[in-house]
Order: sequence, then C-alpha cells, then structure tokens
Amino acid sequence: MSHRDATSNVGFGQGKSVSIVTISGLVFLYLPIFILIVYSFNDSRFSASWNGFSFKWYKIMWHDGPLWTAIKNTLIIATANTLVSTFLGTLAALALSRHRYRFMGVYHKILHMPIVIPDVVQAVSLLMLFAFFHFTLGLVSVILAHASFSISFVALVVMAKLSNLDRRLEEAAMDLGANRFQVLTQVILPNIWPGILAGGLLAFTLSIDDFVITFFTSGVGSTTLPLKIYSMIKFGITPEINAISTVLVLFSTLAVSSIHLFDREKK
Amino acid sequence: MKIRESSALILPPYFFLTVFFILPVLIILILSFTHNRDWSQGITLKNYLLILDPLYLKVLIRSLIFAVLATLGSLLIGLPMAYYISFSNPKRKILLTLLVLVPFWTNFLVRIFAWFTILGRQGLINSFLLWSGIINEPLQLLHTSGAVVLGLVYGEIPFMILPIIAAMDRMDISLLEAATNLGANRFMVFKKLVLPLASPGIIAGSIFVFIPALGSFVVPDILGGRDSFMIGNTIKNQFMTVRDWSFGSSLSIILMVLVLLGVSAYLRQGRDQSMTLGEYL
Repeated sequence: MSHRDATSNVGFGQGKSVSIVTISGLVFLYLPIFILIVYSFNDSRFSASWNGFSFKWYKIMWHDGPLWTAIKNTLIIATANTLVSTFLGTLAALALSRHRYRFMGVYHKILHMPIVIPDVVQAVSLLMLFAFFHFTLGLVSVILAHASFSISFVALVVMAKLSNLDRRLEEAAMDLGANRFQVLTQVILPNIWPGILAGGLLAFTLSIDDFVITFFTSGVGSTTLPLKIYSMIKFGITPEINAISTVLVLFSTLAVSSIHLFDREKK
Repeated sequence: MKIRESSALILPPYFFLTVFFILPVLIILILSFTHNRDWSQGITLKNYLLILDPLYLKVLIRSLIFAVLATLGSLLIGLPMAYYISFSNPKRKILLTLLVLVPFWTNFLVRIFAWFTILGRQGLINSFLLWSGIINEPLQLLHTSGAVVLGLVYGEIPFMILPIIAAMDRMDISLLEAATNLGANRFMVFKKLVLPLASPGIIAGSIFVFIPALGSFVVPDILGGRDSFMIGNTIKNQFMTVRDWSFGSSLSIILMVLVLLGVSAYLRQGRDQSMTLGEYL
C-alpha cells in the first residue's frame, strides 16, 4: 500500500516501549525452540548437563523404525485428506459464491462450524460415529475425520479468492457463448488456482499437524507423527524428541519462506 | 448475477459434511440424554445436572478463567507487536511477519514440548536459579496452572497478532499524521486513533485465542497437572478412561454451546466491521 511508504519517517508504532515488547515477544516465541534445538545436539541423555556436541540423537532417529512408519502414515493421511478436501472444499466454495440456494445462510453456518467448534468435541463425536456404525478405526477413519474439518478451511480460502475475481469476466464469457462448464474450466479455475493450491496446502499442513482428532480416531497401525511425539513426551523423554522437533522446525521454516518467495514472485 | 441452483456442486461437499460433521454431533447430543448409552432406560437430564457437581464445576470455571487469562496475555504481548510490525518499513515488516508465521506452521506438540526445556526441573530457569544460589531445590514450574496459561498464550498468540496486523494495515496513515500535526503525542495517537481503528482486529484476535484456549486439551495434558486440568481433559477422560460416554457427551455439548455463544456475540456486535476468516488463512 502506497500510503505506508511514508511510515518510516514518521515512526508510528516504533517507539521505545513498543519496540521492547516486540523484541521480548520474539524472544518469548523463539527461546524455547532455540534451546530445544541446542539440546538436540547434546551427547547426554539428560538436559541438565552438556556432555559435548553430538549427532547421536539424529542417528537414533534415523534408525527408529516406528518413527518412519509414523511418518509414512502421516504422509498417506495428509495426501488423501488433501485430495478429498481440496476437491470437496472447492465445490462448496464455487456453489456458495456463484449460485443461489434456499437456506444460503444455513450452508454458510455449517461450513464455519468445524472451524470454530473445539477439536476435542469434534474428535469425540467422530469417535462416537465410528463406534455407532462399528467402523474399524485406522487410516481410513483418520482420513475421513481430517477431511471433515479441512473442507471448511479449503472452502473459505477458495471463497476469498473467488470474491476477488471480477464477475464481468464470467459474464463476458457467457455473452460470447460459453456454457457454464466452459466458464468454469476456462475462466474461473485458471484464475483461482492459486487459491485452490493455497487451500490444499493448508489442508495438508492441518493434517500433518493434527493431534487431537487423530488421537481419537486412529486405531492399531495408524499411528501418525504427532501421536508418536505425544507418546514419547508422555512415556519417556529423550533428546530424540529434540532431534525430531528440530527437523520439523526446519521444514516449517523452509515451507513458510518458500511460500512467501513464491507469493512475491507472482506479484 | 447469481446463477440458479446447481445441485452437482453443492451435494457432494454437503453430503460429506452431513455424514461426518452434523451426524456425529447429533449422536453425542442424543447420547448426552441417555443413561450411559442404555437406550432402554429412556431419556434423562442427569448428565447435564452432573456438571453442577463441585468437582466438575470447578474444572469448567477453571477453563473459563484460563481462557480469559490466555486471551489477555496474548493481547498484552500481541497488540504492541502487531503495532510495531504493521508500521515497520516493508522489508522489516515481511521479516517480522514471517517470524510470527513460522511457529504458526510448526507442529503444536513440538512448540508446547519446547517449554520443558525452560520450565523443567533441569530446565533453563531452574538451572539458572540453582547455579546462582537463589534456590537449593528445583522449583515445580511444570505441571502447574501458570505453565498451562503460559502454554495457551504461546500456542495461540499468532492468532492474536495476525488479525490485528490485518486491521492496522487498513488504517489510513494520514489520519495519524493529522493528529500528530495537531499536537497529539504518540500515546494519544495510539489511544485515540490506533486502538479504536484496530478494534475489529483486536476483537477477532481475542475470539480466535479464547475459543481454542477454552477447548484446549493438549496444553493442560502436557504442561498441566491434576490441579490444572481443563474441560477438554475431563471430556477425554470420560471417553477414554471412565467410559461414561453420556457424561462425556453432555460436557462436549456444553463446551460447544459456550463456544457458539461466544462466536455469535462476536458476529452480532459488528458484522460489517468484522472480517471473514478466509482473509486470515
């Protein structure tokens, strides 16, 4: 925004007290993560003593079979969830922003509900659903559970993109004789694909990150990475958790920075 | 111009949401009125009356207090941070926004576990206090109420900062300059202009922190102890340990209603000013 260019000269929000809180806030955000990373290189099993630099816990992590199974499960679930929820979420977004229905308000409310309702409530209600229909808990139940909340996130992201799309483009295409399917595939989709991509990415991340809903809807053989980390925290803390965490922090930093770079290149 | 109804678009997603979202909620709603899943005994209100038991009432009130404290804590740190970030020069603003976003995209369990390194018996604080001779025995910092509130603030603070930045970015800076030219000092500008203009973001951020904090299960489970469990932990115990699914269901319904009341209050107080969730995602 152009009116922001003059900011640095005036210095709103750059006063001493505001700066101090900001720096403290960043320290607050990063200090625990920083120490977590440092101790992933500690040779000792106990964080109290620094026994020297070592890649020991990374080696242990590398040879941790159940950990790799958990990673594999996490990726299978996240990929399946992304496909299902991106497809269904995009349909919902197109329906609600380009069509007229009776009970439009109800449809919008239903879409927002999974986002606002606490995940523990959603988790136990899905558990009851699967118990009620004697559905065996496993990879499939987790994928269905993840999709039940991811659809809403995808739909909202795509709807935000659709609302920025100039409607006259679609009207012009219609006037020129395009049918609705052609308008969809040749006008709407090419224009909103970054939104769909962003929605899919969000669904993938939510899936990888989810603990609560997975905890209640997974069964034997569908342990995911967050479940594995949880049981390590609960039943035996070793610096292997620090090593796993460090890798995850590295991944999320790379992901956020590359999305940002990709975003800037578009502009 | 809106095109007429198209069931091909709306049916698949809403069929899915009906089966995997509405139906499950209906099932726990019905369960909450039964005598622990025994349908033959008819319906009962006892699962809702059980919440009045001091044991459970205490947990519910504690959850509300923790959620309020977490919201205030995030606001206290998040508001100045958002103000600083929103008015930084473009380069610094991008960097700082990324720094707020990275924890947001980092695994939640990992971020909560990270506090073990600070608060644990062998953590940073205890190590320092023991080394400096202030204490002789490590302090119990983990598994306390303080640790839970801290963890809630830590976990949810990006949800406070990002909406406030979004609201502040929409401010017309010439207003602030005009106020300055007319003699207002920095504090006056903040109090009389920035705060009211950023209020949609502040309210949105507070809701986005309060809701997940109220229903939190992971944070008290990992950082809390017996005396700092929240309603999410009680729900989990009813389903996984005690196996009183009906009481667990009534607690879930109560939590859900509390959250929905909060959201509708937010939507009612300024629909036109409030921004849609999609803008933040």
